[in-house]
Amino acid sequence: MPLSGTPVRRPGRPGLLELTYLPSILKGMWITLRHMFRRKVTMQYPEERWTLPENYRGLPALVRDEEGRVKCVACFLCEYVCPPKAIHIEAQEIDTGVEKGPRIFDINMLRCIMCGYCEEVCPEQAIFLTKEYTTVGVSREEMIYPKEKLLEMGGVRPDPIKKWGRLTPRPADGGRVDAPAGAGSSVTR
Amino acid sequence: MSGPAPGGASDAEDRQSLEQWILTTRLADYVAWGRKNSLWPMPMGLACCAIELMAMVAPRYDVARFGAEALRFSPRQADLMIVAGTVTKKMAPAVKRIFDQMPEPKWVISMGACASSGGMFRSYPVVQGVDEIIPVDVYVPGCPPRPEALIEGVMKVQQLVDEGARTARGGTRPERRVPAAGTR
Repeated sequence: MPLSGTPVRRPGRPGLLELTYLPSILKGMWITLRHMFRRKVTMQYPEERWTLPENYRGLPALVRDEEGRVKCVACFLCEYVCPPKAIHIEAQEIDTGVEKGPRIFDINMLRCIMCGYCEEVCPEQAIFLTKEYTTVGVSREEMIYPKEKLLEMGGVRPDPIKKWGRLTPRPADGGRVDAPAGAGSSVTR
Repeated sequence: MSGPAPGGASDAEDRQSLEQWILTTRLADYVAWGRKNSLWPMPMGLACCAIELMAMVAPRYDVARFGAEALRFSPRQADLMIVAGTVTKKMAPAVKRIFDQMPEPKWVISMGACASSGGMFRSYPVVQGVDEIIPVDVYVPGCPPRPEALIEGVMKVQQLVDEGARTARGGTRPERRVPAAGTR
């Protein structure tokens, strides 16, 4: 069978100059010197921060709509889909009479892997991943974020669907509840 | 020098000019200052978080700016253990032993979801949080956390080192808290 390629030869004995190590030291110093005049790559972290991409996935948070309502309706989909089971929800009735809401909504940030499944699955667009990525904690209890803290982190996101306006009775028009769009259209036809 | 000075203002002036020339500190403060600015981490890299740990030490994030660039692979020379990655039950005795081999005073950062709580590995071979075997001082969430988050954790440890020295002076060392079993 024909051999392919040629094997590398062992380097010969070092000369007298090489035995002084001076050429190697100078070569190393030259590399260091060259790097001194290159562009600096270090990001001075606490002062200088990375510009996050638009779809960055940081810690999750709950949001309110522009009228201050908690958008979450405690449907438990995020709790169900969460791979590490970081979300714990307990539901309660809310005074609008149409939807329910979360009484307890805890996210264990130490479990959370910021995968974004909760945001993806949420039918009410009530949970979003923020751009927060530098949180640290000193205890487990501290890192379980309650509903209030999550709402504070999330802030307000405008609701383009305006579901609540249709579903809740308004005192102005005598408590009449409009039928939600789409519901009952087959009956009237 | 005691006794009423002829003018209170001149006494204060004297003291002010003296403080310009003499640096006074308490020994504990001085030791804490030295400790917090030369943390030697022990990289307990067990999984993918270790990649971010390496990124933190690399030039882009450069933890040398905080004096913690001397990663020691021998626990005898380290004082900050960074547990980065999934702690399996098979690895747990080694992690515990390496922690025990580190000399006091020592601190622990639990980096990432797996080390902090088991993360998505809710299963029988994984320790549900490294704080079940060793006391953790700072938890860094993320999967994995960005190097900035870990730098934030190192800064938190520096703060704890500073505060710890203050408490030790008063005679009470801050007690290491055992996590409650219910908070999973």
